[in-house]
Amino acid sequence: MTGGQVWLVAALAMPALGAAVTAALPDRAARLAGTGFAAVAFLASLALYLVTGDRAGVPIVTEADEVVPAIRPWHQLDLPWVPGLDLRFHLGVDGISYPLVVLTALLTLLCCGYTVWKVPEGGSGRALIALLLVIEVGILGTFLALDLVLFFVFFEVVLLPMYAVIAGWGGDDRRHAARKFVLYTLFGSVLLLVGVFTVVASAGTADIAQLTGGADLPRTTQLVAFILLALAFAVKSPLWPLHSWLPDAHTQAPTVGSVILAGVLLKMGTYGLIRVAVGVAPEGAQWAAPVLGALAVAAIIVGSLVCLAQDELKRLIAYSSVGHMGFVLLGIATLTATGIQAALIGNIAHGLITGLLFFLAGAIKDRAHTGRLAELGGMREASPRLAGLLGFAAIASLGLPGLAGFWGEAFAVIAAVEVGGPLWTTLGAVAAIGAALTAAYFLRLLRRVTHGPASPAVATVRPGLATAEVTAWAPLVVLALVVGLLPAVVLGLSDPSVTTLMDVLP
Amino acid sequence: MTQPIDHVALLPAYLASGTAILVLLVDLAVARRTVTAAMAAMGAAATTCGAFAVGWSGGPRGTFCGDDGCSYVFGPRAALVAAVFALLTLAVLALSGPLLRAGQAPAGEYCFLLACSMTGGVVVGAAADLITLIVALETLTLPLYVLVGLRRASRASAEGAVTFFVVSVVATTITLLGAALLYAVTGAVHLSRLGQMLDGTSPLLDVPLTAVGTVLVVVGLGFKVAAVPLHAWAPVTYDGAPVPVAAYLSTASKLGGVVALLAVVQKPLPPAVTGPVLALLAVLTMTVGNLVALRQTRMVRLLAWSSVAQAGYILAPLGALTLVAEGGIDQVGAVRAALAYAVFFVVIEVAAFGAVIALRPAGADGGLIDDYRAAARRHRWVGAAFALALVGLAGLPPGLAGLFAKVTVVRSLLADGAGWLAVVVALNAVVGLAYYVRVAATLYAPTPATRPAPRPSWTVAAALAGATAVAVLVGFAPQVVLDAVAG
Repeated sequence: MTGGQVWLVAALAMPALGAAVTAALPDRAARLAGTGFAAVAFLASLALYLVTGDRAGVPIVTEADEVVPAIRPWHQLDLPWVPGLDLRFHLGVDGISYPLVVLTALLTLLCCGYTVWKVPEGGSGRALIALLLVIEVGILGTFLALDLVLFFVFFEVVLLPMYAVIAGWGGDDRRHAARKFVLYTLFGSVLLLVGVFTVVASAGTADIAQLTGGADLPRTTQLVAFILLALAFAVKSPLWPLHSWLPDAHTQAPTVGSVILAGVLLKMGTYGLIRVAVGVAPEGAQWAAPVLGALAVAAIIVGSLVCLAQDELKRLIAYSSVGHMGFVLLGIATLTATGIQAALIGNIAHGLITGLLFFLAGAIKDRAHTGRLAELGGMREASPRLAGLLGFAAIASLGLPGLAGFWGEAFAVIAAVEVGGPLWTTLGAVAAIGAALTAAYFLRLLRRVTHGPASPAVATVRPGLATAEVTAWAPLVVLALVVGLLPAVVLGLSDPSVTTLMDVLP
Repeated sequence: MTQPIDHVALLPAYLASGTAILVLLVDLAVARRTVTAAMAAMGAAATTCGAFAVGWSGGPRGTFCGDDGCSYVFGPRAALVAAVFALLTLAVLALSGPLLRAGQAPAGEYCFLLACSMTGGVVVGAAADLITLIVALETLTLPLYVLVGLRRASRASAEGAVTFFVVSVVATTITLLGAALLYAVTGAVHLSRLGQMLDGTSPLLDVPLTAVGTVLVVVGLGFKVAAVPLHAWAPVTYDGAPVPVAAYLSTASKLGGVVALLAVVQKPLPPAVTGPVLALLAVLTMTVGNLVALRQTRMVRLLAWSSVAQAGYILAPLGALTLVAEGGIDQVGAVRAALAYAVFFVVIEVAAFGAVIALRPAGADGGLIDDYRAAARRHRWVGAAFALALVGLAGLPPGLAGLFAKVTVVRSLLADGAGWLAVVVALNAVVGLAYYVRVAATLYAPTPATRPAPRPSWTVAAALAGATAVAVLVGFAPQVVLDAVAG
């Protein structure tokens, strides 16, 4: 095994091992051990970049030699698992998946660390950490899988642990929210199952690298496959009008659950759309692109308008995800290099910023014991640091140039306008209006929460921040700044992979 | 005329029937509960070993052969079926420990009947003509009428037994009538001969009697697997029977029906007739089973309805066989997928019933779902095994065995071009999760009062641990099952 392969396996095995170990230890030791394993997984994800691998990409040697390799992983590991089901244990990492892998490992580490300090009510912290680690295995596996069936298996792994996190540690209406989450997203995954085997049955292989670019699939198959896959990923992303599980789940989940949900779980949908749906069924994607774009823009507008009328902090942030993911989906729908790049950086930015926003919302709710905007107010007076951080995160989220949120939104709009034609120009213009609405509701949020005289609920809040909180939030703040100032950190990584992908699309 | 008989091929059947006789004799001579049960368990274990030894000792061995073919063919797949039956019997014996100890059922009769039923199961996989098949299936079912009614002083038990008896006898009659009609048309009872007579181009296919006979055989066997609309007996019977017997009904008895269906569908019967019937049965079975399961409040009833729904998933690949145009149909693949699903399913189902028995007082019935509130907090391991089994039945990780079972079925359906049926299966999986997850959440519900929890008996714990271990194992290495059913 090469160094890269070792780290690929380590990134998946460490969280899995951690989850098993936490079961055998007493509570506090288990939480620390779990966090340790999450840290090792994070280091493994960093090592994936550092160990020598051909970053320009090793072409996958396919059976048909003349096929242009559409995915050139930096490292890959290909072992047989269940030949009877076309399932190979085929992992690989390239520029499209790598930023998401690091983001997942980082957010899980931060959430585990946060849980060492504070366990939400409802169950033991040990079990919560174990579940977070299992979720990490599922998400990382989804990003690393280069086999369609393996991708599906990992996609499913996330479902029940996340259900358990919401149902076990969530807010007052947790059971309902958890049920809605699990049934809704399972609906998406079963369509994925049908879509995957539609492709596999027709192409005779499940290797994503070979399938990318259409692999001579008949047009009808591509259309059917794309509809199934796009529906599956649209539920996960979520794309309006299939988003209605999201606000309940995000609002009711415990803080760490919301962070993982918004930060990386939604990205499984957008990543799947790029890697699987668009990659495997490009003709289907071209056929459906206008619909996808229109729905994405509708999501932006609807999300913003709903946010303008929200009066609950967590729910507002949850709905803001619908709008932000709308920009990401718009970028994908353009099917241009600019658009896909916008989607990738939008994914990362949203993961960092919304992760931070949910941490802050959790902290505010824990302190003030309410999340209603009407009862919050004057946070600036009571806890200037918390208010300052909330201001930073909100402004980053509304897409101020120089912060991470800007690039994804701006380039999605640019990509839409670049495609040209009346439809896409209109979509770009409407999306731009949506960006303005986003600014409007975040500024409204800031006005209600931070400004004005301190409300009774806020007046009792201690001004200080705990060390654990600062430790968990600092990396997100720093990265939001770094990605904002140096977008090349992400774009440089993904650029060669996106170009390769674009080359094989018709 | 004398016929050479291959006694080696018959060895597993000898072992199984020998077990039944020995148990009867030991019960008469020694009359000790433990000795009788141990005898039956050893017999089941010996049958498993015998089946494996004969099945993998070379090519298929046929016996009772005539001009039309053999009546009894023991190959690798028959060996798998026989071994699964023997292991299921072993597991159910272990699960019955508390029931027998509580004196709710007479140990001698109980073990004897179970061993008789096992004999039928061992033969059913090897049966190669319609008569042997039906006789084997009846040998499997007949002892169960009595076993269902064995719970002393229970009205529900008696009701269940009578329902089961009446429905089952009617079903057998229907199958026999179908077989007789097919014989009238073709003059053959051997499956291979029937297959030759009724293959794609045969003029006999245009005889209406052929279609009627085929449908009757399939429908009669549909009763055994509790396919909707032939399912009404299952919930009453399961709930009335002692829980270990319900476990046997929903695994072994169902598997018997499935194996018989596969035997008649794979070769002899014309797919143009069986396909649409089975597709309709499959869709109805999974949909109705899942929808009704949503509203159940009793644990065993919920499992009964869920196993009705699972039968639908088993039938689905067979239904796809012939919806597609002639030719290019992967008949063998579909049969394998159905059998593989059935094997995955029985393993998980045994674990689920094992957990139910472990969580209930000795000899009690399944009780209400609410009785299981917070059970997983009192019995960590049993609760976890139950949750894993439920998740497996729903077909989601970490129940990988169940996930791969669903994948196998969907893959087979799409390979046969029956996309719409795959979508129906997929959507049903979502409905199914709704009730499985409700039960699993009940297991982990927080509870104010902690009642003292009795430890499950060691035999039950061993069976549960064994079934769970097998489920985890085939979850990580499903190829083992896929290879075994291909044999």
